[in-house]
Amino acid sequence: MHEKEKDLIDAFLRGQVDRRGLIRGLGAMGLAASTAGVLLNLGQTRALAADFDWQAHKGKTIKLLLNKHPYADAMIADLDNFKQLTGMNVVYDVFPEDVYFDKVTAALSASSSEYDAFMTGAYMTWTYGPAGWITDLNEWIKDPAKTNPKYAWDDFLPGVKNSCAWNGKPGGALGSEDAKQWCIPWGFEQNNITYNKAMFDKAGVKVPGSMDEMVAAAAKLTKDVGGGVYGIGVRGSRSWATIHPGFLSAYANFDQKDLNVSADGKLSAAMNTAESKAFHKQWVQMIQESGPKDWSTYTWYQVGTDLGAGASAMIFDADILGYFMNGGTNKMAGQLAFAGFKANPAAKAPTPNIWIWSLSMSNFSKDKDATWYFLQWASGLDHCLFGATKMDFVNPVRQSVWKDEVFREKLNKSYPGYVEMFDASAPGASIKFTAQPLFFDLTTEWAATLQKMVAKEVPIDEGLDKLAESINGQLKEAGLG
Amino acid sequence: MTAATTVHRPSGFRISKRVLPYLLSLPALLVCIGILIPFLTSVVYSFQRYRLSQPWARQFNWGDNYISFFTDPKFWNTLEVSLLYAGITVVLELLLGLGIAMLLQKRSTLNNFISIMLLMPLMTAPALAALMWKLMTNPGFGVLSYLASLIGLQDFRWASSPSTALLTVVLVDIWVYTPFIMILLLAGLRSLPTQPFEAAALDGVPRSFVFFRITLPMLTPYILTATLFRLLDSIQQFDIIYAMTQGGPGDTLTVFQVEAYLNFFQSTNVGRSAALMIILWAITYFLSNIFIKNWLRLRERARGQA
Repeated sequence: MHEKEKDLIDAFLRGQVDRRGLIRGLGAMGLAASTAGVLLNLGQTRALAADFDWQAHKGKTIKLLLNKHPYADAMIADLDNFKQLTGMNVVYDVFPEDVYFDKVTAALSASSSEYDAFMTGAYMTWTYGPAGWITDLNEWIKDPAKTNPKYAWDDFLPGVKNSCAWNGKPGGALGSEDAKQWCIPWGFEQNNITYNKAMFDKAGVKVPGSMDEMVAAAAKLTKDVGGGVYGIGVRGSRSWATIHPGFLSAYANFDQKDLNVSADGKLSAAMNTAESKAFHKQWVQMIQESGPKDWSTYTWYQVGTDLGAGASAMIFDADILGYFMNGGTNKMAGQLAFAGFKANPAAKAPTPNIWIWSLSMSNFSKDKDATWYFLQWASGLDHCLFGATKMDFVNPVRQSVWKDEVFREKLNKSYPGYVEMFDASAPGASIKFTAQPLFFDLTTEWAATLQKMVAKEVPIDEGLDKLAESINGQLKEAGLG
Repeated sequence: MTAATTVHRPSGFRISKRVLPYLLSLPALLVCIGILIPFLTSVVYSFQRYRLSQPWARQFNWGDNYISFFTDPKFWNTLEVSLLYAGITVVLELLLGLGIAMLLQKRSTLNNFISIMLLMPLMTAPALAALMWKLMTNPGFGVLSYLASLIGLQDFRWASSPSTALLTVVLVDIWVYTPFIMILLLAGLRSLPTQPFEAAALDGVPRSFVFFRITLPMLTPYILTATLFRLLDSIQQFDIIYAMTQGGPGDTLTVFQVEAYLNFFQSTNVGRSAALMIILWAITYFLSNIFIKNWLRLRERARGQA
């Protein structure tokens, strides 16, 4: 590398030149953006290597289990830097989401040492952790001999970081003092509104600011946009995945909970309160009036594709789903906008429940130290910046990435309102579920009950009372209630 | 006697006649053990409180898993839906398969071509067929929804409504598996002796009489075989139902396999999942016994032994 270019990159890495200045400077030296990117990565690799013995596990190979996702794509695209930095080799298997979690469960429950690390969600760690399948990462994070001093654990968004830490006690608060760090957050999703601006204009509808407004806006959009377009896309399949996005985000905004935790640590159902019943009535009415006709089969995929294809006017789902629908070859690419959503008029801010794509270390890994080197690199600032600015690593978990000008400019340019939406709801973003090992049982049953209510098979009050009764029975049977 | 009853082989290697049958049946014995190990493991698990997320709580609870099922209305719903699904699909597939087989009974190039074409759904993976049908029944752009609207069925919800979900998955099952019944019965029809039919034709016997008194009785062993295969398969249906509805809406289609799958992979409740599978095994064992006994009785009657 030429000395001038090297000096400029080193100045950037020391913080003496900002990112914009670096790119302008490299451009002035006649370097194309791609070449500048390569040089920057090389510089970053050198800088990382200067502070920490990244070569401690040189020659070793680790194996990853990955879900097919843009976050995994970003990591794979940057993998050569990790290999160069550490002298380690990384191999991986990638599976589509339909079968991914079954594959993880099968590998871990068989105590397989095939995979050293894998992608997961925080909810899954409530099963994997107590089962002894994954490792508490505090042991490495808190060890200065094994963790790069520049790793900056405090740079992670607190709500997201804490959501990945649990003490293993049913009902125990996430991120408590005695919590174990079951996974490292990587990229996450807040549940907010993505809407079709042209359709909103046509129907003369404003972005809803409360649940009442959302129900009314969705109904008006269904009535006035025409062409078979429906007002709002939300998930509806008989799965936990129906409860956790928009539904729970709005539900939590009314201070409603899934479970009560008593002083002696016993759990009981909390979804049959008067407030919860009122919320359920609104939600069910919204789907009946303005949701997709085959709502009960809707996963994130259908919710997203309908918005991208112009079949729905708005969605209340993962922000990154809206992000992806606003790009690529989607019919509505470039026509979508974003907004945070506060369901409760009395609430101060949105309270999105979040999904966190995280990285966990298998307890059966043959070389945990080497695996940690990969985990800290993959969740480190440089890789996050690379993914956010050069790839579609949409919602990084590090605060400093969200402050990065290039990243914000990239979002502002093509995704109007995205940064504002993020900034408005990030402080209230966290996992709103009670951490406990029956998470999937209870949420799947909740989704099934919601389906019955929407289909008018059961009245809402009665349905929630029966759900609470069933959940209490299950909690007792499992020794949790 | 033993010395005299040895098998002499050119290589000079001698195997006692007493040992030979055991050696010959050894592979079958190994297969049998291979089948029994997972089965017995499941039986043991089914008597345990065994949840992967609570390994410390693992213990024998003997019949608790079974008792909790038998006292849970959801289990009886699962049993009812599974039996209903199996009953409807088998009966309809049998009627359709038999009808098509009768139409294609006569050997001709066209009939052979049609029977090969009709086998195409059977070559499609059931999960793929379910996804295909999910698209065809999409209320926005699905061709079947469009056709339904032409006959006045506006907003027909297919698999997403509790009142029509069973009908929809049954239709997919029929589409996939009717060719299986058809091809079995077609083979049966074409292998029937021709003399009784020729005699009936000479006597001017009505067609309905020929069908009910000659064709059907002679075809019964084939029908029983086809029904048994389909019944066992149908009561254990998973792919079509899970791919289309995940067992919903509500608990409309929570058949045994879907429940067991969710219990194991989602709830990691090995004990309950195993107990469900053992109950399903007992039901299929009972049903197959009835069919096999009938099949044997018919075979004996055909040989003039009954």
